[in-house]
Amino acid sequence: MPEAFAKRRFSACLAVCTMLVAGPAAAEIAIPMTYLRQEVEAPPVLSNLDPIPEDRGVAGAKVALKDTKTTGKFLGHEYSLDVVSIEPGGDLANAARKALAKSRILFLDAPADALLSIADLPEAKEALLFNVSTGERRLRDADCRANLLHTMPEDAMRTDALMQVLKARRWTKTALVIGPKPQDVAFAETLKASAAKFGVNILAEKNWTFNTDLRRAAGQEIPLFTQDLPDHDVLLIADEADDFARYVQDNTWLPRPVAGSDGLRGEGWAPVLEQWAAVQLQQRFEKDTKREMGTRDYAAWTALRTIGEAVTRTNSADPKVLRSYIFSDAFALDGFKGRSLSYRSWNGQLRQPMPVVNARALVELTPLDGYLHQTNEMDTLGLDRPESRCKAFGG
Amino acid sequence: MKRTALLLATLSLPAFAHAGEIWVTNEKDDTISVIDTDKLEVVRTIETGERPRGITFNSDYTRVYICASDSDTVQVMDPKTGEILHDLPSGEDPEQFVLAPDDKHLWIANENDAVTTVVDVDTRAVVGQIDVGIEPEGMAISPDGKIVITTSETTNMAHWIDADTKKIFANTLVDSRPRHAEFAKSGTELWVSAEIGGTVTVFDVATQKEKKKIRFEIKGVNSDLIQPVGFEFTPDNKTVFIALGPANHVAVVNADTFEVEGYVLVGRRVWHMAFSPDHKKLFTTNGVSGDVTVIDVATREPVKSIKVGRFPWGAAMRP
Repeated sequence: MPEAFAKRRFSACLAVCTMLVAGPAAAEIAIPMTYLRQEVEAPPVLSNLDPIPEDRGVAGAKVALKDTKTTGKFLGHEYSLDVVSIEPGGDLANAARKALAKSRILFLDAPADALLSIADLPEAKEALLFNVSTGERRLRDADCRANLLHTMPEDAMRTDALMQVLKARRWTKTALVIGPKPQDVAFAETLKASAAKFGVNILAEKNWTFNTDLRRAAGQEIPLFTQDLPDHDVLLIADEADDFARYVQDNTWLPRPVAGSDGLRGEGWAPVLEQWAAVQLQQRFEKDTKREMGTRDYAAWTALRTIGEAVTRTNSADPKVLRSYIFSDAFALDGFKGRSLSYRSWNGQLRQPMPVVNARALVELTPLDGYLHQTNEMDTLGLDRPESRCKAFGG
Repeated sequence: MKRTALLLATLSLPAFAHAGEIWVTNEKDDTISVIDTDKLEVVRTIETGERPRGITFNSDYTRVYICASDSDTVQVMDPKTGEILHDLPSGEDPEQFVLAPDDKHLWIANENDAVTTVVDVDTRAVVGQIDVGIEPEGMAISPDGKIVITTSETTNMAHWIDADTKKIFANTLVDSRPRHAEFAKSGTELWVSAEIGGTVTVFDVATQKEKKKIRFEIKGVNSDLIQPVGFEFTPDNKTVFIALGPANHVAVVNADTFEVEGYVLVGRRVWHMAFSPDHKKLFTTNGVSGDVTVIDVATREPVKSIKVGRFPWGAAMRP
């Protein structure tokens, strides 16, 4: 369609010759980009209900590419996207070098250590890299890099969002169940920090120790497991591998809602979003991928849209020019979440509203009214300027 | 706006200067609330197709056209009886449209299909489809009927269409998520609002060049919540009222100097607007609060809120 567009525009221009085509002349600028993924082995989980989609993340970048190309065609901006996926244990650094030889813009879908090793490559010095996969705090904190921006929300943005809602509901008495995996323990720490930040109490903690097939025994085991917890309003669960949490809900000793990794939770994106024109994006995504859009897809989508917006407004593909525009006051990204998105100048994190959702509905879009901030209410979510130990951004 | 301006130009005023009606489409109720502009209350509720949004009357007010977005159709209604006379083919997901000044062609933005569809309202046939950018929404037609504008929300452009050839002759970049477009000052200016960009851009129609960009600032409201959507000009084209979405205010702008003269507090997520027949009152649809705010045009004060259906979206005046 865009091809036909350009033709139409020129032929019509000949016919209506008194009218001139406005806008920048169609000087061709190529914007090659690469989506680079380190495949990781997912641990086995109890339920087979929700397999991780093969194209998680990548699909978001592809939809964004389509969206962005429509503007590009009119302006003479030629966007292209290579997708490179490296097997577990494969040579990611080599793949990154190859990609950087072709494109100065990379969307990285890999664990935190791998991201850092790519960001530290000499070839990556002047490149623009986007973390679309990990919410680990250290990348926005002491381990930040000036060439690495983050569209994936920091984990604390998810938990801050949740705690704002619990506090607003006055559900401030909670108990916490922590899974055995390192990411569960890390997420539990994030939950605890957010609870302290917003005045939610965690009255008790309990480690998850089951190794039976809970699908058959949850009704007998979970009531006993939760019986000795002190009375609470909400049961928090740290289960970042999506293993057991789904079997806790509605099997607890006390009739209490579940929150954290399952149940009520903060997300960057969720299929239940429909307001703020989100339904349009959901439909475009579902049409192309035959599945629903998740947080990682959205992180990749916003990363590529960031490049599109910056190229459109600056008429340049130079990473330096783009970076400086992205961090300027003029930058405003339409993220279908009711506010324009921008980047935190102190650590490169995409500043964004965070939906708090359950399986069936959007519960709240945070920041909630009343959580005030001296510069931007969205900065009540995640690492704020005074707390971040990031120095690479000159802050 | 165009309809009301035409009314002033072609009809003798006194017969219509008093009571009139504002028709409001309720997106989540599949109804229209009809407000009496004197009584300031809902006097009729009319059922429509699914998810009604854009609404417009023909020049003599014998027909009302309604975008029933989720029914994928444009409904044609007799405004006296509220009876649906027939449907028009509209393409998928019609959101907004504009009726040509000769009442013959309806130009429809198909939000999900990235096309603008042209329908002959007499023969009920599609006479043209034009590929535009992603999520087309705002529609405008010049007073002489020669230029049609479609704005596309995700492509961030205004597409200039030659109404005779039905071909695009220019594309101009606007700020993020353009929502509404309107010709002003006898068709010499085109105004386009950008919801996420937070601006309204004024173009010179002869050159399609940007003439002015209007920005807004409200004390105590974060700038990213100031999201201009619908707007309406007074008949003399000297003043324009601009709805600012979740900022819950309507800006009053001097259309000659482009200066913002003030802000009027209205309901939540203000969307579109329509004037009473005498242009003394302005009615705004407030999507989230589910009501309509009545603004006194002379004093620029809100005077009343009127409860309507769920998610009021479009508004059109019937004398």
